[in-house]
Amino acid sequence: MKIIVCVKQVPDAKDVRLDPVTNTLTREGVASIMNPYDQHALEEAVRLVEKHGGEVTVISMGPPQAEEVLRQAISCGADQAVLITDRAFAGADTWATAYTLEKAVRTLGPFDLILCGKQAIDGDTAQVGPGLAMRFSMPCIACVQKVREVNGTSIVVERMMDDGYDIVETDFPALLTVVKDINEPRVPSLKGKMRAKKVEIKRLSAADIGADPACIGLPGSPTQVMKVFPPQARGEKAVFTGNLDEQIEQLVAKLAPYL
Amino acid sequence: MDYFLSEEQRMIVDIARQITDERIIPHRAELDEKHEFPRAILNEIAQADLFGVPIPEEYGGFGGGCLDIVLALEQLGRGCIGVGTAFAASSLGIYPILISGSDEMKRKYLPEVASGRKFAAFGLTEANAGSDASGIQTTAVLDGDDWVLNGTKQWITNGGEAEIYTVVAITDRSKGPRGASMFVVEAGDSGFSCGPKEKKMGIRASSTTELIFKDCRIPKDRIIGRQGTGFITVMKTLDSSRPGIAALAVGLAQGALDAAASYAKQRVQFGKPIIAFQAVQHMLADMAISLEAARALAYGAAKHIDAHPKDMSKVSSMCKVFATDMAMKVTTDAVQVMGGYGYMCEYPVEKMMRDAKILQIYEGTNQIQRNVIGQELNREYAQ
Repeated sequence: MKIIVCVKQVPDAKDVRLDPVTNTLTREGVASIMNPYDQHALEEAVRLVEKHGGEVTVISMGPPQAEEVLRQAISCGADQAVLITDRAFAGADTWATAYTLEKAVRTLGPFDLILCGKQAIDGDTAQVGPGLAMRFSMPCIACVQKVREVNGTSIVVERMMDDGYDIVETDFPALLTVVKDINEPRVPSLKGKMRAKKVEIKRLSAADIGADPACIGLPGSPTQVMKVFPPQARGEKAVFTGNLDEQIEQLVAKLAPYL
Repeated sequence: MDYFLSEEQRMIVDIARQITDERIIPHRAELDEKHEFPRAILNEIAQADLFGVPIPEEYGGFGGGCLDIVLALEQLGRGCIGVGTAFAASSLGIYPILISGSDEMKRKYLPEVASGRKFAAFGLTEANAGSDASGIQTTAVLDGDDWVLNGTKQWITNGGEAEIYTVVAITDRSKGPRGASMFVVEAGDSGFSCGPKEKKMGIRASSTTELIFKDCRIPKDRIIGRQGTGFITVMKTLDSSRPGIAALAVGLAQGALDAAASYAKQRVQFGKPIIAFQAVQHMLADMAISLEAARALAYGAAKHIDAHPKDMSKVSSMCKVFATDMAMKVTTDAVQVMGGYGYMCEYPVEKMMRDAKILQIYEGTNQIQRNVIGQELNREYAQ
C-alpha cells in the first residue's frame, strides 16, 4: 500500500513564549519539533507498511527549515520525503493549506491512504486533515485510536468518541487522522539516521504543483486573525490556613453571602 | 567535556540517550522491584540497531568499534545498569564467535544477534571457577559427530532469556589452560537447560541463572576456533568487553550525580539550598572530578583497543577498576547528599548504589584486575 503522511513543524510546546508587544508566538530562538500527533501518524504508517508492504511518503508544507522534520521522519522509517515550500505559501490558513497539500499530493501519483495527526499543537484547528479529504472527495475518519485490520482494498479502524469508540470500515483511498493512543512512536534507528543524513529531500514550489496564486498563502486564506492575546487571569484567590475545622469555617464564611 | 566524537558516534549517543530517557528511566524502578527482564526495552534497542553496533557490516551490523559500544552503554547505564547489563551480555556472548569463530559460524549467528532477533550469553563461571578459571569442571568429549557436554555454569547473565550461549569446557584436562575450548550451545539443544533466576542485590532487571549440561549433544562444528584455544578466546573477549563495564559505571555515576546535584539545588535547610553549603559542594565536586576522569580513561582505553594493539589487558583492566570503584563511591555519596530521601526507594539513588556493587565484581573482580595490571608492570619493568 502507498501511504502519504502529512507532518508539520511546530514550536516545542515546552518552550512557548508570546511576544509581549504583538501578542503573537515568538518563533525566534524557540526549538522546533515534529508535531507530536504527526509522529503517531508516521509511526502507524510505517507499521502498516512493515506489515502489509508498500511505501511511506512524508510531506510537509513549510519554510526551508521544515526539512529537519522530514529528515527526522526518514530516520523513523519513512521511505521518502517531500518539502512543499515557496514564499507564496506564507500566511496560509487551513483552507489554503488543504488546497496546497491537495495539489502537491496530486503530483505524487496514486495513493491508498493519507495519515495526519489529529491536529497541530500550535494552531489546534484539526481542520487540515478533513479539509484535504474533502478536496479529494474521499472518506475521512478523524481521531483514529486503532487500526483493526487491513484488507486488500479497505481498512477497519476504531474512531475515538467521548463515550467509547466506533468501528468504521472504509475503502481506499481514504484519509485518517490519529490520536496519541494509537501507538508509541519508535526511537529513530542508527541506519535510519544515517540514511536521513544523506537522503535527498524533494522540493516542490507553487509552480511545481500548478497552484493557482489566488488560492495559496495569504491571498487564498479566508481566515484573518484579528488579534491574538493571552486570556486575562480572572478571579480572586484565597488560601485557607489552620487545621481542617478552621479551614472549613473560613470557606463557609466566604460562601455564605452567595447562598 | 568535548571528546570530539564523530557524527556517527553522536548519532549512537542520541539514540541511546532517547531510549534511556523515554523507555528506561520511567520503568527502571518497576523492573527492579519485580526482577523483570526488560524484553520490551531490548526490542526497542534492537529496532534502533544498537545490537548491531559491534558487529561487522558483512554480518548485518554497523561495524563499530569499542568506543562506539562504550558510548551506547554509557547512556543505557545512566538509566539502569540492569538493562545495560542485559544488553552488554548479548555482545559479550558473541565476542568469542567474532574473535575466533569460523566464517560459517559468523554467518549463522551474527546477523541474528545484530538485529536483536536473538540474544546471546557468555558462560565461563562455575561454582569452583570464578577468578580462578583453571577450576573449570565442565567437560566436552567428542563422540562420533557430536560434542557431549557435562557440567554446570553459574551466575550466567541472560541465562534463560538468550538463544545463543558461548560456553567454556575442558576438552583435555592434561593440557592445563590449553585444554579448554569454547562451544556454541543453542537454547533447545538436547541435554541443555537453565536453572531458576537468581535473586540479586542489584541489576535485578537482568536475568542470572545456571546453565546445566547433562549429556548435552551438539554438532561437531559448534566448537569455536580450534580445540584448546578456549582460554585465549576468553581472555581476548574479556579484554574487549571490560571498557563496556567501565562505560556502564560512568553512566551510572552520571545518573547519580545528576540526581544528587538537582536535589541539592532544591533542598532548603537553614534558609538556603544545600548546594550553597561548602560541605555539599565539595562532595559534588569530588564526584564530578572522579566521574570525568573515569570517562576520559574509558574512552581512551576504548580508542586504544580500537587501534588493535598487541597487548590491551592492562589498559582494559585499568579502566574497569577505576570506573567501577568510582561508581561505587559516587553512588554512595549521592545517597549521602540526599540524606534520608536518598535512602528511600522513592528516589533512584538507593537502587544505583545497590546496582553499583556488581560492577566491582563481575567480568573479573577488581582485585583480579589489579593482579593483571601488577603482573603487566612486573613484566614491563623486567626489561
